Amino acid sequence: MVVLSQLFTGLSIGAVLLLIALGLALTFGQMNVINMAHGEFIMAGAYTVYVLQKSIRSAGASLLVALPVGFLVAGAMGVLLEFLLIRHLYARPLDTLLVTWGVALMLQQLARDIFGAPNVQTRAPDVLTGHVTVFSTDSGSLSLASSRLFILALAVLAVIALALTLRLSALGRRIRAVVQNRDLAAVSGIPTGRVDRLTFFIGSGLAGIAGVALTLVGPIGPAMGTNIIVDAFLVVVVGGIGQLWGTVIVAFALGVLQAMVEYSTTVSVAKVLVFLAIVAFLQWRPQGLFTVRTRSLA
Amino acid sequence: MLSLRASRCRIAGFAVFLIAMGALTACGSKTGDTASGGGAVADTSGATVKVGLLNSLSGTMAISEVTVRDALKLAVDEVNESGGVLGKKIQAVSEDGASDWPTFAEKAEKLIQQDRVAAVFGCWTSASRKAVKPVFERNKALLFYPVQYEGLEESPYIFYTGATTNQQIVPALDYLKGQQNSSLYLVGSDYVFPRTANKIIKAYAAANGMKILGEDYAPLGSTEFGTIVNKVKASGADAVFNTLNGDSNVAFFKEYKSAGLTAATMPVLSVSIAEEEVKSIGTQYLADQLTAWNYYQTTAGAANQKFVKAYKARYGADKPTSDPMEAAYVSIYLWKAMVEKAGSFDVAKVKAASDGIAFDAPEGNVTVDGPSQHVYKTARIGKVGSDGLITEIWTSGKPVKPDPFLRGYPWATGLS
Repeated sequence: MVVLSQLFTGLSIGAVLLLIALGLALTFGQMNVINMAHGEFIMAGAYTVYVLQKSIRSAGASLLVALPVGFLVAGAMGVLLEFLLIRHLYARPLDTLLVTWGVALMLQQLARDIFGAPNVQTRAPDVLTGHVTVFSTDSGSLSLASSRLFILALAVLAVIALALTLRLSALGRRIRAVVQNRDLAAVSGIPTGRVDRLTFFIGSGLAGIAGVALTLVGPIGPAMGTNIIVDAFLVVVVGGIGQLWGTVIVAFALGVLQAMVEYSTTVSVAKVLVFLAIVAFLQWRPQGLFTVRTRSLA
Repeated sequence: MLSLRASRCRIAGFAVFLIAMGALTACGSKTGDTASGGGAVADTSGATVKVGLLNSLSGTMAISEVTVRDALKLAVDEVNESGGVLGKKIQAVSEDGASDWPTFAEKAEKLIQQDRVAAVFGCWTSASRKAVKPVFERNKALLFYPVQYEGLEESPYIFYTGATTNQQIVPALDYLKGQQNSSLYLVGSDYVFPRTANKIIKAYAAANGMKILGEDYAPLGSTEFGTIVNKVKASGADAVFNTLNGDSNVAFFKEYKSAGLTAATMPVLSVSIAEEEVKSIGTQYLADQLTAWNYYQTTAGAANQKFVKAYKARYGADKPTSDPMEAAYVSIYLWKAMVEKAGSFDVAKVKAASDGIAFDAPEGNVTVDGPSQHVYKTARIGKVGSDGLITEIWTSGKPVKPDPFLRGYPWATGLS
């Protein structure tokens, strides 16, 4: 019973990680941009729920509206960032890192000035604050938190939507072309600048969706992004740069590992062991779980 | 496009390295120059006298500490309107401790050495207090600390206006025991206050036939409580004693409710959740849960009505008042009374004058206990209502004499 409920806890930790890391898998993994402000796009998504709930009374409706709105808000912020700063720095990744870090700090302060330093609260629809009992026997019952199920479903949906977009749509083909060989894509007539901007829009928008989902399980405040961004980068690095499936597998693997170890030890010990596992793994496979193989990337 | 793959790996590695560096520098020590010997002399020569306000205005603790700073400013302005201290207006110098303990030490040093303040008011977490304690002792300067804490400390240069353990944790345990709770689960943030508090709780439990079914600590700022809540639920404890601090409470209570645990099935008694925290966690998740403090916004009395009214008039009708804010507000008035009794801003004279200083505070009458530099306070257990306010359901009836080392409790021998 305990193993099952911990497995679910692990999967739900993984789903949160996945939602956060999915946008990064695009901007960091595909475009090679280290965007330290990614966490603040998550924060923007979370505050979207807070702002929307001022005008939409129903918690459920506001959450549903917040998903697309959060995507657009964070996506627009991403496009703005790409247009104003990042596109001038594509050849200078380390400068990008520092610049976006600065932007992250500014966005945090902006949130503090607009919404105040203390955390804000949002209302969750009643369906999402309870739990679903899967089965119950004399020895105990397995009940799953509805908010976690929702996030799990949302993460799976986001992965499927993103994978389909990348694989089937014209935009997806262009994104993959630019990722695999920017010069060749450019001479083939693909407007790489516009593709970059669109990729960044989707990646940042996914952060917004993650932010909306996080209001169900965590605090909503100016610093919420910084707390989770490190784990998200780890997921993408371990998963393998430029690969979606690596990110998915690693997010769930890390979540389950954390939950299992934590149950028999403590939070801190589990964190240390997970980090050690990551270090050991990267010693063995420094390129991550999966890598893109193309002739041009030799 | 030369060797793009290799450079990607390097960049990825570098990103992780930089993030780690960022975390490290935030924790790095940067205490400034220290005064050799004597200690700093406050500058009280002008028409105004400076005091320092040292609170986290950013970072994970800002959620709580900004309200303390606001209450301190309110008290400073009230004192100024009524003529100041010894005929001098108070000028408050506010510094941001940024939820980072070395920064607290650095800013304390700055307030004492550079601004030459007569006293400093602030700090919230015990970690920040422990970080600034040597600074105040070395400089022979005064700190007024307004938050309940784990006791076992009596710095000659700190006045503790929040509760020590026998004014909050021990009464809370008495209450839980009285409600027929025979087993507890302890959940706390991983730093000095929860760990010391839990040591005391375990000693109390051993002496009173209560069982401790588990003890878990989450790092400050941690927001993933799935596993801890699973453990709590599986333990089947009668009640949970919660010493989590800051953002973690939000994640913990959201998870707690999701797991189907309620105040009716397994009540949580929290010692770090006041009205402001209730507001940011959401009453949806906290309904009917218990808290232990010495003051609530709903506490009866004319002094409290005046305080609540003044605070809301200044900061907004939707802003609640809470225990640490009240203790901070009171600390300014206690300092004023000490200075006026001493007839001087001199630290030694102020300390000597402190014993027996009384003030009609919002929480009721408070009196300074000179030898321990703590304050007599009334213990109150409250219940979170659906309006986000906390109402008193139990009280110690009269102010409890502070006993930071729990010398008056036989079961506590060996703790200090």
